[in-house]
Formats: sequence, C-alpha cells, structure tokens
Amino acid sequence: MSANAQAHHKESFITKYIFSQDHKMIGKQFLITAIFMAIVGVFLSVLFRVQLGWPGESNSFLNMFLGDTWAPEGIMHRGMYLGLVTIHGTIMVFFVLTGGLSGTFSNLLIPMQIGARDMASGFLNMLSYWMFLLSSVLMVYSLFLETGPANAGWTIYPPLSVFQEAISGSGMGMNVWLISMTIFIASSLIGSLNYIVTVLNLRTKGMKMTRMPLTIWAFFVTAIIGVLSFPVLVSAVVLMLMDRLMGTSFYISDVIVGGEMMEQSGGSPILYEHLFWFLGHPEVYIILLPALGLTSEIVSTNARKPIFGYRAMIGSILAIAFLSFIVWGHHMFITGMNPFLGGVFVFTTLLIAIPSAVKVFNYITTLWKGNLRFTPAMLFSIGLVSSFITGGITGVILADSALDIQVHDTMFVVAHFHVVMGMSAILGMFAGVYHWFPKMYGRMMNTKLGFIHFWVTLVSAYGVFLPMHFVGIGGAPRRYYDYSVYESFDGEQFEMIMDLNVIISIFAIVGAIGQILFLYNFFYSIKNGQKAEQNPWKSNTLEWTTPVEHIHGNWPGDLPTVHRWPYDYSKPGADEDFIMQNVPLKDGEEEH
Amino acid sequence: MIFWIITILTLITAAQLMRAASLSRKISNKKEEDISDSSNNWNAFGLALFAIGMLGSVVYMMFKYGNGMLPEAASEHGQQIDFLFNLNWIIVLAVFFLVNGALFFFAVKYRGKEGQKAYYFAHDNRLEMIWTVIPASALAVIIILGLRTWNDITSAPSDSTKVVELFGEQFSWTARYSGEDNKLGYADYKLINGSNPLGVVTPESIVLGIAEMDKTIDKLYARLQSDSAGTVMFSVAKVHEMNSRMEKFMRIKERIIKMQHHYTAEKLVVANDDFYTKSELHLVIGQEYQFIFRSKDVLHSAYFPHFRAQMNVVPGQRTKFKFKPIITTKDMRISRDNPDFNYVLLCNKICGESHSNMKMIVVVETQEEFDVWKKENTKKAIAQK
Repeated sequence: MSANAQAHHKESFITKYIFSQDHKMIGKQFLITAIFMAIVGVFLSVLFRVQLGWPGESNSFLNMFLGDTWAPEGIMHRGMYLGLVTIHGTIMVFFVLTGGLSGTFSNLLIPMQIGARDMASGFLNMLSYWMFLLSSVLMVYSLFLETGPANAGWTIYPPLSVFQEAISGSGMGMNVWLISMTIFIASSLIGSLNYIVTVLNLRTKGMKMTRMPLTIWAFFVTAIIGVLSFPVLVSAVVLMLMDRLMGTSFYISDVIVGGEMMEQSGGSPILYEHLFWFLGHPEVYIILLPALGLTSEIVSTNARKPIFGYRAMIGSILAIAFLSFIVWGHHMFITGMNPFLGGVFVFTTLLIAIPSAVKVFNYITTLWKGNLRFTPAMLFSIGLVSSFITGGITGVILADSALDIQVHDTMFVVAHFHVVMGMSAILGMFAGVYHWFPKMYGRMMNTKLGFIHFWVTLVSAYGVFLPMHFVGIGGAPRRYYDYSVYESFDGEQFEMIMDLNVIISIFAIVGAIGQILFLYNFFYSIKNGQKAEQNPWKSNTLEWTTPVEHIHGNWPGDLPTVHRWPYDYSKPGADEDFIMQNVPLKDGEEEH
Repeated sequence: MIFWIITILTLITAAQLMRAASLSRKISNKKEEDISDSSNNWNAFGLALFAIGMLGSVVYMMFKYGNGMLPEAASEHGQQIDFLFNLNWIIVLAVFFLVNGALFFFAVKYRGKEGQKAYYFAHDNRLEMIWTVIPASALAVIIILGLRTWNDITSAPSDSTKVVELFGEQFSWTARYSGEDNKLGYADYKLINGSNPLGVVTPESIVLGIAEMDKTIDKLYARLQSDSAGTVMFSVAKVHEMNSRMEKFMRIKERIIKMQHHYTAEKLVVANDDFYTKSELHLVIGQEYQFIFRSKDVLHSAYFPHFRAQMNVVPGQRTKFKFKPIITTKDMRISRDNPDFNYVLLCNKICGESHSNMKMIVVVETQEEFDVWKKENTKKAIAQK
C-alpha cells in the first residue's frame, strides 16, 4: 500500500479503534485484552492461595467474592476450589501467555521489523483478535454459571470431564469451556498462518532470513509449531464432545459414574492424554519461544553488544521446535504406558535441555563485557534468564522417569512449570511491554515505578515458587483442596507443609498487589507519559525507523532497504555504539 | 483488612509517583530513557543482594526441608530412586548455583557506566562447542543411570511376588488380596452391585448380575407403563431418557449373559480365596507385591510417597506396579520419633470434589501380625457357599 493509497483512507472511530485491520492497533487490542485476563487469572490465584494458606478458617474475603454459594460462612466450596485452579490455568496458559505474548508482539513487531506495510491479511488478523476477545469473554462468563466453571483441571482429563455426575463443573461449565477453547484455537491458527505468510513473503529488500532479528525468528517458528499442534487439541475436543453428547466410547470404557452404569467399552482416557499433550507440550514452547526472542532483542540493545551466537540462537530455536514434538510422553510416564516408550521420551526430553542451555549461555555471554543499561525491560530480561535456569534445572529432574514416579502430580511439578511460565514467560512479557511501549503508544512508561514493579515482582515470584518445590518433594499432591489428610498419618510433615503454604500465600498476595504498580503505570502513561522520541533505546531494528505517530503502511515514503544484520552495537570503527539495519555499509566496512 | 489497606496504599503510591514524575518532567530535562550511572549502581546493588538472598534461601530451605519432609525410602527400589535423586540433585544444583551466579555476577560487574565501551563479541564456535558438549555429556550420564533404574523398576516381578488389587473409586480404595493361589479372581464392572461391590466374577455372581439388571429393567419398564397409563406424569424428555436407559440396561444384560459362555466354572475358582478390605492396606515386611490397579469411575492415581511408588488408575484397563516394603511401620515410627506415624496411599490424579480426602493407611508388619489382622479386618470377596 503506497503513501497515496493511504491518503484516501478515511477513518472513523470504529475503523480506527474497534474494527481495525492495522497490525499495530490489533497488537494493542491483544495486549489490553490479555491484561484484563491476567487480572482475572491472578485474582483467581489469590482466592485459592487464601484457601491453601489458611484452610478451614472462615474468611470474609472469600465470602465477599465467591458469595454464599461458593464460600458459605467464608469457607471455600471444594468444587469451586477445583474450578478456580482449572480456570486460572486455562486463562494463564492460553489467554495471557499465548494470546497475550504471541498475539501482541507478533502483531506489533513482525511487519515493522521485517519492513512490511502490514500483515499479509489485515482482515484475517482482525478476525483473529475478535475471536480472541469472544473466547475470553466466554471463559470468564463460565465462572458465573450456576453449576460452576469447568473444574477437572486445565488438562480436563476424561472421564472426569465427560460426566456431570462425576463433578458438577463437567456439565454446563465444560460446554462453555469447550466452546471458548475452540474459538480461541481458531483465532490462534488464523493469527499463526498470517505470521508465517507475512514473514516468508513480505520481507523488504535486503532483509534476508539471516538478517532478521531473533524476535522474528522466534515468532515465525512459534507460529509453525502452533499450526502443527493446535489442530490436534481440536481433534481431542471433538472426540470429547462426541463422548459427552453422543455416548461414544473414545475415552470411556467400563465405568459406573454417579451410580449409573455406562455401556461404553473399549475406549481409553489415555487416548485423550496423548492427543492433549501432543499439543500441550509444544504449547509451552509456543509460550516460551516468543519470550526468549524478546529477551534476545532487549538484552543486546541494552548491553550495547551483539547478541552472542546469532546463528546458534537460530539453530537452538529450530532444535527446540523440532524436539518439542517428540517429548509429550513425559507428561504420561506413570500412565502405565509401555516402559520402553517411556524410556524414549526420557531421552528426547533430556535432549531438549541442550539447545535450552545453549540459549542461556548465549544470553549470559551477551552480558559479559557489555555496557549494561538497566532499564526496567533489561531487568525483567535478566529475571527471565535467571528463572529459565531455575526452571530448566527442575525440568531435568522431571524428565527422568524413575524420579518422576515420586514427583509426578505433586506441587514440585506445579513449581517447575510456574517458574518457566509464571516467571520466565511473564517476565519476558513485562520486558516486552516496557521496551516497546514507546512504539505502541508514542509515550514512555515511568522508569522509577518500573524499577519498583520489577523488584516487587521478582522477589515475590521467587518467594512463591522456591518453597513450593520443597512442598512437592515432600510428596504433597497438586489440586488438593487442603492437606488435612496429613494430620492422620504424619503430623510433623503436616506442620511443615502448612508453614510453607503460608509463606507461599503471603508472597502470592504481595506479588499480586504489586502488579497495581504496573497497571497504573501502563494505563496512566498511555495518556500522560513523557512523549517518546523515534528511537529512545538507540536500537538497530527497523521498527524504530517508523514515525512516532502511527500511520497505515508504517513508513510515509518508500520501504526501508536493509544492508546489515540487526546486532551492530559497539561495532569497532563506527561513530556511535549502534548502527541501524537500514544504514548502508561504509566504504571498506565488512558485514558481520 | 490488611489486604485492603496494602492495596489502597499501593494504589496511592503509584498515583503519587506518577504525578510527581510528570510534574518534575516539566521542570527538568531528564528523560525516562536516560539511565544514570547512579541508577545502574543502585540496580546492580539490588541484583547482587538479590542473588545472595535467593541462592542463600535455597540453601536454607534445603537444610530445613530437604530431608525432613519425607523419611528414608521404605521400599527396595525406593532406595535406588533416592540414590538417583541425590546424584541428579548434585549435578543440577551445581549448575543452578554456578550459572545463576555467573548471570548475576556479570550483570553487576558490567553495569553501565559513562564512557564504558562494550566489546563487539558476536560469536565463538569453540565456546559454543564447549557448552554444547559438556551439558550433553552430563545429560548422557543422567539418561543412562535414569533408564537403568527405570528398567529395574518396570521389570517383571519375581516368582515369589504376591498379587494385590487396588480398586479406586470416588472417593475410597479397596484392597483385594489374591489369597493362597496368588491369583486374583476375574472382575467385571457389569457385575458391580450392592452385594458384589468389586464386581468379582463367579458363576453365582453372574446369575446375580443378571437378576439385578432384570430388577432395574423391570423398575424402569413399570414406571414407563405408569406414565403411558397416566398414573404418573413425566415430561417427554424424561420418557425418552428412561427409554434409552432401559434399552441400555437390556443391552448390558445381554453382555452379562454372554459372560457365562466366556468364563467356565473351572476358570472362576480363582476368586474363591480372594479377600478384601476397605479400611487399611496391610503388607508383610520383605515381601514383594505386584499391585494391580482398577478404577470404577474416573482416573485416579495410586501414590505411595514413602515407598517411592506411583501408578495411574485408569478406567477401562489394568495398570501395575511392584514394590517390596523393607521397613516396618513400627521401625519407621521409632526412626521418625513419632508414635502416630503411618504409611499412606493417596490419590494423586484429580478425581472429583473429595480428591484430597481419598487415602488409605498402609501398614507394614510381620507375617504373624498380618495373619492376626487379616482374620478380624477382611472379608471374603465372594459370598461363602
């Protein structure tokens, strides 16, 4: 779309802010929706952490928000506890960390960083957002159903999730969950297709694949993973719908539920587990890779150094993507699967630790001998690397099937995945928001408040999840409403679990309240933040060559031409400590 | 109460900071993106303090909770698992401390300073090779040791193993011992009813199953007749539902009748010496047990944390796990210094609202103590003739 075409395009409030086809606006829409979903998700976690920290104590806070149905006398209803953890998990994994990370940053950055006017299909992009919004509304709506939200865990294994008689949330709650997720997956698939096509076809002159910023590599590979894996979850959902509505026996065999003998025979819940985790495992890399991509950009910009090992980073992204498809069985070691198969999954899962380790070492080497500028984004990125080390370590323990026997489905697993997702990925998301806020809104967020937010978040998050590992190693199962059973067989262990749970809950509440600092900063700065200049971070990538005020088509004149890779920071022989990608090589200058 | 106070205070702090910032911006030239040396120094100090605090708290928790939460492994393979655990922890914790240490050390050391130049160091294949090969080698060791232990644990049980079934349902466990012949009676969910809670298959229980099914079918039929006659009033939907259910039970009844051809009377004698209990699971010290797991309704998981044992209980199939208890409950109570301590079987796969209440106390004792317990606390799985 040339500059002339753009001049003819008259915008109304509706086409500019509501039904926009501009990737920049759509990226912001994804972000705002994800922020609201994150508030809901974090709030749900505060509710169930109150239950876990102070079980059995009548709590007016619970009664205030859950009402007399779900917290009579201030004591949380058991079924609602399970509903809260289910919806918390669903919202955080899919709506915040997939929709909010990929949706926001892929949309915002892909066209601008590769030198394109917009995504390949603005219409499909807009559709992707509106489906995301619709699925979000439905998921939140399910919390208010009379029989309660889906409550068989975010993994919704059958038969528990198939029969309302088994648990009440498997009635209407599951119906709404399934519809919401189907729409969400459709949204994600449309978005992913758009990203792939745009990256392959719309790169500007000179933007070879090996000159693309690592953010784009991450978003591109993530989209490919999504396209290959999400449809399998759709198939799992379709089979489940048939079992729920038509009495088929894909997942059901020989059961008596709620006193009623079912006639299905021959099916297996393990089929569901295979289908679910075939998506489920790649899904966590769909969450992680964009965060790692953002970190590469933010760390090198703020270290004033090239990201170390650009090609190794690309290789690692590709290796992680490939391997992520052949490790799903590590979620199923103790299902009674053939031990040989289990052994294969141990091998592949430990393999995936290698490219992950390479990435960590590359980030650390990027810091070495740098000139580190601690912006809030840089601090969050350092936090991401730290928690990725921690989470990766516990992943090695879990990958070992013999050890998994002891820790599977305990709070150790919960601690592990929260450190990699609830810390690494979320910290990456915060880093991305602070760093690209000037590009999104033409204003700067407040730096000092950013620092306070960072420190409160990092300390609380580690404060929540480090003790949780110990609770799990001690054998405490997950999805337990309370640990009162322990009183009947080991009073000493019961005391230790209770002590740790109180510490965890306090940090969780402090951390949750601390996010107010971010929310206020974010929303206030949109209107009243310092006006941003075109390239406040003195970064090399192409999005910083676009004007501060957004225009359709991103650049007022011709598209930029790319002459170099994005990491010429502190290049010897250069005048400044950064050289943008569209700056031609000087006479005698070698391209990296 | 405190929660609300802290929340409101945080909100006010944020608001005031933002307003102060936007006011001071009008006066000074400072930009949000200008990070001064002093700002970097403060944050570096924070990072150093945080690293020490975080790593230190991990050490503290390791000492306080690392070994105290669970006693030593009470099963033979469990000791192998604990050894593997300790080895793995040494390797991964070394990495945790060293790599996190390096991260924070470099972050502090190379904090931004006016006039400092960064070093344009874009790649080094030798370094990449080193930190690919070393982790790969460490992981190779971990894989090999892990798989050896896994193969041992999942191998076939010995000839002297005793077979015990653990039947899981919402929300309790039933233990069925296989008796003298060490063979469990066949079981089928279609035969489960009030007199046969485990669905054990015997010639009599099949007949009983058919009779129970007939009763259910007749009851439904009678109610449908009443509805046709108008003596009771059901909605159209309800009538369809009752009809479907009646037809379903008729089909199930046919399948039960077929069982009579499938199972000959000789085959079914294996059930005669089975005995069961819902109260506690008693095991004999030094005896290897092959546990067979069966579910009545949804996924459960049989988790024996003290024995380092876990296996999903899957409706529609049988799963198995074997272990040999090597420390009696009495001895463990002494070593735990807790006379009320008990081993336990917990459910470890979300199975419904009372998932966290689905436990069975496990007792390990001598053969003599077991025989005494068995007399008072277990019942034959099939009705005595």
